Amino acid sequence: MSEPKNLDAKAPGGPIAHRWDKHRFDMKLVNPANRRRYTVIVVGSGLAGGAAAATLGEQGYNVQCFCYQDSPRRAHSIAAQGGINAAKNYRNDGDSIHRLFYDTVKGGDFRARESNVYRLAQVSTNIIDQCVAQGVPFAREYSGYLDNRSFGGAQVSRTFYARGQTGQQLLLGAYQALARQIAAGTVAMHARSEMLDVVVVDGRARGIITRDMVTGKIERHVADAVVLATGGYGNLFYLSTNAKGCNTTAIWRAHRKGAFFANPCYTQIHPTCIPVTGEHQSKLTLMSESLRNDGRIWVPKKKGDTRSPQQIPEAERDYYLEVRYPSFGNLVPRDVASRNAKQVCDQGRGVGPGGLGVYLDFADSIKRLGKAKIAERYGNLFDMYAQITGENPYELPMRIYPAIHYTMGGLWVDYNLMSTIPGLFVAGEANFSDHGANRLGASALMQGLGDGYFVLPATVPNYLAGIKPGDLTIEHAAFGQAETEVVGRVKRLLGNIGGTRTVDSFHRELGKLLWDECGMGRNDAGLRRAIARIPTLREEFWKGVRVPGEGSDFNQELEKAGRVADFLELGELLCRDALHRAESCGGHFREESQTEDGEAQRDDEQFSYVAAWQYTGDLAKPALNKEPLTFEYVKPSQRSYK
Amino acid sequence: MTGVLTLYRTSVGKKVIMALTGFILVGFVAFHMYGNTKLYQGPEVFNAYAAGLRDLGHPVLGYEHLLWIARVVLLSSVVLHFWSAMALTGKSQKTTAANAVGTLKRYGVQKRQTGYAAYTMRYGGVLIFLFVIYHLLHLTFGAVGYNAEQYQHPALDLKNNTYIYNVYNNVVYGFKNPWVAGFYLVTMLFLGVHLFHGVWSMFQTLGLNSAKYTGLLRGLAILVAAAVTIGNLTFPLAVYFGFVQ
Amino acid sequence: MKLTLKVWRQKNSKAVGEFKTYQADHVSPDMSFLEMLDIVNQDLIMKGQEPIAFDHDCREGICGMCSLMINGVGHGPKTAITTCQLHMRSFSDGETVTIEPWRALPFPIIKDLVTDRSSFDRIIQAGGFISASTGAAPDGNSIPIAKPDAEQSMDAAACIGCGACVAACPNGSAMLFTAAKLAHLSFLPQGKIERHQRVLNMITVHDAEGFGNCTNMGECSAVCPKGISLDTIARLNRDLVMAALKGLEPTVGIPVEG
Repeated sequence: MSEPKNLDAKAPGGPIAHRWDKHRFDMKLVNPANRRRYTVIVVGSGLAGGAAAATLGEQGYNVQCFCYQDSPRRAHSIAAQGGINAAKNYRNDGDSIHRLFYDTVKGGDFRARESNVYRLAQVSTNIIDQCVAQGVPFAREYSGYLDNRSFGGAQVSRTFYARGQTGQQLLLGAYQALARQIAAGTVAMHARSEMLDVVVVDGRARGIITRDMVTGKIERHVADAVVLATGGYGNLFYLSTNAKGCNTTAIWRAHRKGAFFANPCYTQIHPTCIPVTGEHQSKLTLMSESLRNDGRIWVPKKKGDTRSPQQIPEAERDYYLEVRYPSFGNLVPRDVASRNAKQVCDQGRGVGPGGLGVYLDFADSIKRLGKAKIAERYGNLFDMYAQITGENPYELPMRIYPAIHYTMGGLWVDYNLMSTIPGLFVAGEANFSDHGANRLGASALMQGLGDGYFVLPATVPNYLAGIKPGDLTIEHAAFGQAETEVVGRVKRLLGNIGGTRTVDSFHRELGKLLWDECGMGRNDAGLRRAIARIPTLREEFWKGVRVPGEGSDFNQELEKAGRVADFLELGELLCRDALHRAESCGGHFREESQTEDGEAQRDDEQFSYVAAWQYTGDLAKPALNKEPLTFEYVKPSQRSYK
Repeated sequence: MTGVLTLYRTSVGKKVIMALTGFILVGFVAFHMYGNTKLYQGPEVFNAYAAGLRDLGHPVLGYEHLLWIARVVLLSSVVLHFWSAMALTGKSQKTTAANAVGTLKRYGVQKRQTGYAAYTMRYGGVLIFLFVIYHLLHLTFGAVGYNAEQYQHPALDLKNNTYIYNVYNNVVYGFKNPWVAGFYLVTMLFLGVHLFHGVWSMFQTLGLNSAKYTGLLRGLAILVAAAVTIGNLTFPLAVYFGFVQ
Repeated sequence: MKLTLKVWRQKNSKAVGEFKTYQADHVSPDMSFLEMLDIVNQDLIMKGQEPIAFDHDCREGICGMCSLMINGVGHGPKTAITTCQLHMRSFSDGETVTIEPWRALPFPIIKDLVTDRSSFDRIIQAGGFISASTGAAPDGNSIPIAKPDAEQSMDAAACIGCGACVAACPNGSAMLFTAAKLAHLSFLPQGKIERHQRVLNMITVHDAEGFGNCTNMGECSAVCPKGISLDTIARLNRDLVMAALKGLEPTVGIPVEG
């Protein structure tokens, strides 16, 4: 095990407002005539990947873009509902780049890198302009100007939106820009292709190994730089709001090849999801947290109260958020709302099947505003809820429960979004990102597009300018070795003809274990239990998983098996990271670290750093490297919503 | 020229050709039905109407000139309407035959979600086409559907150097045959359905439809289809039941 | 609930497919349709058989990856939702459910219920975008857009590209898909500049891909999970007539006539 060392983010110095400008000027450029000689691989076609591939294509680089879906238009960015933040101050309500920066650093519970966050706030305004020019149909006022709303408890109206489908419209914008480049011949698209390894030659990322998901063919792709924009790993928990295909394979394989994994235990839990109905549940559905603007959250005061909600009189209801947080009430941030829901359910006061749910009641709002007004605001969400649960939320209160929604952790990157493997860039949710320990609403879309449209198109060329293009072919030994490993792994997965369990059953067990021991609340003993169990589960998996079919075929079980195998490794690292971080911060609550009245207690003294884990060849002994976090512009303070 | 080529080359272009020729043919059937109502005014008026058609546009246009122009336009319309239908149908069948369950079945189970009219266009169109041929052989040429000596061909009136028409007689004898009358009735029902979809479809294809007008245009289609169908249905029925003798 | 499933099984694009019958015995009304298939698949795997392949991803009705003709209707018996949003309470105990892939020439069957819809991508590549490169954009508010236009644009932009319109269309036409993208862009001032060239190019590729021809039947809109209106097709038609009148030439490959 190598000695822990401090990481250098290579963020430029000087006044924060000038850092990105200065850096852009300092970075090297590639002559337009030379650009097509450089090949850049972009894995993932969501907001970050799609935008980066399109923009690098526009600049003239030879781009190879990969996605596991059947079309780049289906990347999971599409599912984001609420909106995208930008410091436009169109409402003249006191917003500014500095305020967006401040809110994001504070919202991230002081675990994000100031320089990155400031840059994010700066490019946020360009993102809106770019999207409008591309034809994203943002909501408009009658004047024809862009509409804004306040979102996720922000005190300014800086969220731009396209109905409840903002992610979809932004993604289609990027997808269309990508389509234009595909037609122009600058981007070659490889859909239904899954990246199974990254190829490192002389310490630099030089290509990837993929599996063609239709023919099963294992393919080698060489490049001068590789961008991973493969999203988050929330599906580790089996039940999450992520798409079924979301996985960690790309970043986990890169981690095993030398990229550090930062803050894996920072996961975001979204408070307003539809609760689980039974064992068959395959995923969870999120409803926009805007519902909390008009809905009141409560549970029965009595334990195990099985009466229908209408039969429970007002006096026997506990509106616990309103009671505990009188000034924010039902609008406390995501992490606080989620944690409290878990607490009341743990006390046995949860409602619905399995007691895992709390009421979100619109009765008062309907009385005050009328059913029509509520339908106008939330009609599509109410319909969706009714469709899934078979209950009418206009008459019965909704039942909600928190669910894994986003992962702030990811591969460690420097200011240029380059990982610890030179030439390997990581963007969007896949990197450890700009969100610290907790992500604010409407900022994931901002980061994905910011990275894709503006940051990578400046930093990737800077890297390329320093190397000679195309001096390698796929015949290089490193490609052969990586391919052999991948082929061997596929064979091993298919090897257990008499396996006794399906991939899903392993995934479910892992997910349940992590949710229980490393979900919203964590403690030392539980984490140790999980760390003890995961390696044995992994062993059982490799011995007993049954994967039917062949490798040379369209084989969805094989795809899943490879992803779950990687989740089984990442799961352990997640718990180890959680165990080492003996503080409560952002999205996660460490039970040993709380204030007297049961609120999260951050420990800046000990943990004001990014934990970047290095693969050592032994999953039980990852090496911890630290990037110390210093706050020059936003002074750390304890968040309070009382 | 590029524009015409665009209409010829693209699927939507062929539809536009179908809509434009459809427009002409709808105009024709509506006029035809209206003209035929003169049947109820007796033999003289009706026969004079038949003769008058030849003289349309007189004295600016010569005898039968406009009629021939109309015939050429109508025939071209029928040909183009038919051609575009064949071309479009052929391509669609190629699309749906691939990956189909069987040679005649695209899906194991398939349920219709919209009205039936649009589904009848192709065989309705073929039926109407065959009917038109029969109709010409029948009432225009008297070649089929009559017993001996029933059909009266135009007679040359040497005194006025013109023809004398007795189409009234031909209509009455023509529809006395229950098989012939029945064939006319059935075809007219198909024509009605064809118009119901066709007239609205014409506006849709030419891009004249929109959310605001779709109700209005559907109404117009019903009106045209109903007027033509009901009007045309009355003729054989009136003859058959002896209202017109 | 117990159901009998008749499912289309086909090894690959070249193999001959057939219906196979399966019993789904432990179906809860709270399951989604895809969760029901998950359970059937788990049983098949443990019985040593190959599970039924079907496309799916987000399972919340937005990614457009799921498909399926369910009892002869695209996305099943309920309107305005995708297959992944369909729940088993919409079926009755003992029912026989027939499940098929989308069937059309430009959607080759990859396996079982999975089809290749990349033809949709190629239609978009023909012009379904605004040619605005990154960095050139003016301030967002410098292009005011009347609210009704923005709303209509958004109505059309809601298309998820699932392909149900093609599957339901008796002609196998992708006119609704193509028209939705055209309407999304042509309602916006920034999209009007390329409007006529765009329609000509997209229709040219639509035809070349082997999609059938629209005969205004409306099946597409009836099964569309996002309720895209037939008006968008009228708009497409109008724009194509304008392109013809302007004498524009397609700037993408000309289809083979036939």
